Amino acid sequence: MPLAAEGEGFHQPSIAEFFPPAIWFEGTIFEINRIQVVRFVAVAVLLTLMVIAARRARLVPRRGQNIAEILLDFVRINVAEDIIGKEKAHKYVAFLTTVFFAVLAFNITGVIPFLNIAGTSLIGLPIMLALWVYVMYLSAGIKAHGVGGFLKSSLFPPGVPWILYILLTPVEFLQVFVMRPATLAIRLMANMVAGHLMLVLCFAATQFLLIDSGNGALIPFGALTLVGGFAITLFEVFVAALQAYIFVVLTAVYLSQSVEDEH
Amino acid sequence: MIGAALPAASILAAESETVEGWRLLLPASYDIVWSSVVLVVIAVVFYKLVLPKFQAVLDERTEKIEGGLAKAASAQEEAAAAKAEYEQQLQDARAEAARIREEARTEAGQIVAEAREKATAEQARITETAQRQIEAERQQAAVSLRADVGSLATELASKIVGESLEDEARRSRVVERFLDDLDAQTTATAGKGN
Repeated sequence: MPLAAEGEGFHQPSIAEFFPPAIWFEGTIFEINRIQVVRFVAVAVLLTLMVIAARRARLVPRRGQNIAEILLDFVRINVAEDIIGKEKAHKYVAFLTTVFFAVLAFNITGVIPFLNIAGTSLIGLPIMLALWVYVMYLSAGIKAHGVGGFLKSSLFPPGVPWILYILLTPVEFLQVFVMRPATLAIRLMANMVAGHLMLVLCFAATQFLLIDSGNGALIPFGALTLVGGFAITLFEVFVAALQAYIFVVLTAVYLSQSVEDEH
Repeated sequence: MIGAALPAASILAAESETVEGWRLLLPASYDIVWSSVVLVVIAVVFYKLVLPKFQAVLDERTEKIEGGLAKAASAQEEAAAAKAEYEQQLQDARAEAARIREEARTEAGQIVAEAREKATAEQARITETAQRQIEAERQQAAVSLRADVGSLATELASKIVGESLEDEARRSRVVERFLDDLDAQTTATAGKGN
């Protein structure tokens, strides 16, 4: 536990936080550590809430259903329809909604007491999410334009003098096939890692300054770090939602660029 | 933040276990396995259960709202039609009233004219009757006057001429001649008067 500093020393936050010891199946591909358990909890809570909301869904919504519907409408209208366009968005609303809810659920565990780490702060999950997005936008592009048409529209942007393709085409190739999924995964993971480290730093410092050090002169500094931890916790709630939003918006943008008509 | 953490760490305490930074970017096999598992579970539940159910409810709601709007529109249309009909009826009634009034006026004019005509005819008739009566009375008066005037004149003449007029034949001739003169004079006067 990052909050439980051991002994008298200051618990220094490090990336070792993200590689906790195994709990079950150590050394196998089914190894389960603390972060996997946090993910399972996130999945269980997310699905329980959503299934209950869906089961109880009525024509005239109640409070819980209203919240679920606000989020669903947010993805459908403000992301899918605004970016991809009303007609084409229809096919991708379910995908975008699922991605948004999944990322949000795994991000928010970073500020939930006793979980205290984001499910997306370990690179595997962001990579799988990004791969899913990658497969979706490539297949959407190929479905819309055929393999040749998709390659032509994404690697040879129209309206450019042909000589520039020498420069543009490799850049576009890297962009479409490497950079997009890589940046999706790394942006999400890095944000969650940084947020976790900030929280650990603040609360570990508070623990040390207020309690472990036993030095009254350090108490004001401890109070300061406690307030800082409080502020960063609120900030991390915002970041969790923001990163989920950024992830799903970029996904919608990539889908839109894949399926948009050639001009 | 990581940069800020390092000096603090060097002052305060040491971390026993170190992990290479690259491990953050390179997923462990178990990480990939469990990430896939949780994503598949979420995807299946969302695609099969949660999203269709919400979609159904949202569609139903949209339908209900659209149905309600259509109903309201039709009700409004009906009301407008009823109002138009009512106004048409009112217009018709007004036109009818005006027509009846016009007819009544015309009829009244006719009645007045007829009455006037009748009155005029009646007046003429009465005037004629009166004239006729006057004429008859005049003639009667003339006849009785002739008889009276004859005897009176005779009497008067007898008194004036005495016995010279005792002779019956002479007296009769004189009276006849006098009356004829009188008659002619009267006729002449009447003719002038007419």
